[in-house]
Amino acid sequence: MISKRIVLHFPHRLVDQPIVYKLVKDYDLQFNILKAYVTPQEEGLMVLELVGEDDNFNKGIEYLGSCGVKIQPLSQDVIRNEAKCTDCGACVPICPTNALVIDPLTRKVHFYDNKCIACELCVKVCPPRAMEVHF
Amino acid sequence: MRTIKEINQKIKKGEAIVVTAEEVIELARKKGVKQAAREVDVVTTGTFGPMCSSGAYFNVGHCKPRIKIGGGTCLLNDVPAYTGFAAVDISLGATALPDDDPRNKVYPGEFKYGGGHVIQELVSGKDVRLEVTSYGTDCYPRKKLETYININDLNEAVLFNIRNCYQNYNVAVNLSDKIIYTYMGALKPRLGNANYCSAGQLSPLLKDPYYKTIGIGTKIFLGGGIGYVAWQGTQHNPKVPRKANGIPQAPAGTLAVIGDLKQMKPQWLVGTSMLGYGVTLIVGIGVAIPILDEETLKYAAVSDEEIYTQIIDYSQNYPQGIPGSLGEVNYAQLKSGNITIQGKDVPTGSLSSYSKAREIAEELRVWIKKGDFLLTEPVAPLPGAESDYTFKPMKEKPVNLQGGLS
Repeated sequence: MISKRIVLHFPHRLVDQPIVYKLVKDYDLQFNILKAYVTPQEEGLMVLELVGEDDNFNKGIEYLGSCGVKIQPLSQDVIRNEAKCTDCGACVPICPTNALVIDPLTRKVHFYDNKCIACELCVKVCPPRAMEVHF
Repeated sequence: MRTIKEINQKIKKGEAIVVTAEEVIELARKKGVKQAAREVDVVTTGTFGPMCSSGAYFNVGHCKPRIKIGGGTCLLNDVPAYTGFAAVDISLGATALPDDDPRNKVYPGEFKYGGGHVIQELVSGKDVRLEVTSYGTDCYPRKKLETYININDLNEAVLFNIRNCYQNYNVAVNLSDKIIYTYMGALKPRLGNANYCSAGQLSPLLKDPYYKTIGIGTKIFLGGGIGYVAWQGTQHNPKVPRKANGIPQAPAGTLAVIGDLKQMKPQWLVGTSMLGYGVTLIVGIGVAIPILDEETLKYAAVSDEEIYTQIIDYSQNYPQGIPGSLGEVNYAQLKSGNITIQGKDVPTGSLSSYSKAREIAEELRVWIKKGDFLLTEPVAPLPGAESDYTFKPMKEKPVNLQGGLS
């Protein structure tokens, strides 16, 4: 089984096509939509948690690629600017998935990007604005 | 036991025993206060939290022909600076905002840039745009000026924070049904989180609760450079209730601090945006406490478990000025990540960076060990718990809005 959080960019020509449906029907993949919208450039953006058998998962990703969907792991899109972060911990109680936690010994804030669902709540709450989203 | 003069002689010889405010706790536990006081000469503290009463003043030098900024208008990267001084002296506060910032018109406002950010950029050595309009005089004929300035070219650039280094602070919570945005961060509804803002056992004034060694004139680590305690800070409030160990149970003493901005570092002066509230500046401060006797060590060895503070509702009580605490917690509980309020398990968040406070205490220790930083005798004491110095609310007097004398 593979379970990954990925960001899909749908070009304008694909926005009206039922692509995610195919992932379920043809590749037996489970999905959880974490975020979806159409950008002002009429490009579709979707953040998905995708789960399935290894073989199916890889074929599904291949299918998405063949349609022209750009795929990226979510961890590349939500990042912490280490130079800006002061490790205060203001983000910690705001994060709904405990992706931001404070280490009890070092008192430094850890960002577990595999837990992040890109809700972006931390972005504006961070006093030095160290959390960045690059979709 | 020992005097500051004796400690300084040891520092010069490289023989002083310097420990951080964390290490001294462990030492006192292991060896007892008496023995620890015999061994330790200096305890270094640190804090790194946002403080809105931070600011800086500058003398930008005279241009040709001369311009009188005093009484005119002055912008630094579009952020207004105060001009009510002589011709080329200006002052900038951390919370100042560009005139065209939407503030909270689009709620909650983002407050992306303001005085705190300008101060950080200047300290980073970046050029900042100065824009002046003035009325022109016989001796200062110029009426407009637009130029880039750099901190290295200024005559004086001085950080002057009229309140800093709070001795303890509230824990902020929200009892209402909607999220609120405060200077204590975003507070989720119905006790969704509890935010605190103190370095606790590392915080300077909590380790010298009766201001026995910290006073006016004390040399400090300020923003990565050297600074001094200039005065008691605004809202200094030494008479709040204290525990048997002498530690204030609510926000108490404060310091006004001053230092040469030119030798400070941008990682210790960080411009900050508080969502829905405004702009501020995070300031790194460290104070070295001389261990003069067993008493100063006993206070310096106080730990998070022994430092208590009040839980305050920021949806109703704080904004309306209604006194009342929802309970008392200590910093060990706050740092555990969860506290219990009204039977509810509430996650905690911190606005003050403990890991940076630790770095500051460590850096100050290195300065002292290298002999670069000698301790100072205070020139005068801060008003203490026995004084009649208090923090009063405003006395409002009705004004006849129809005009004329009432």
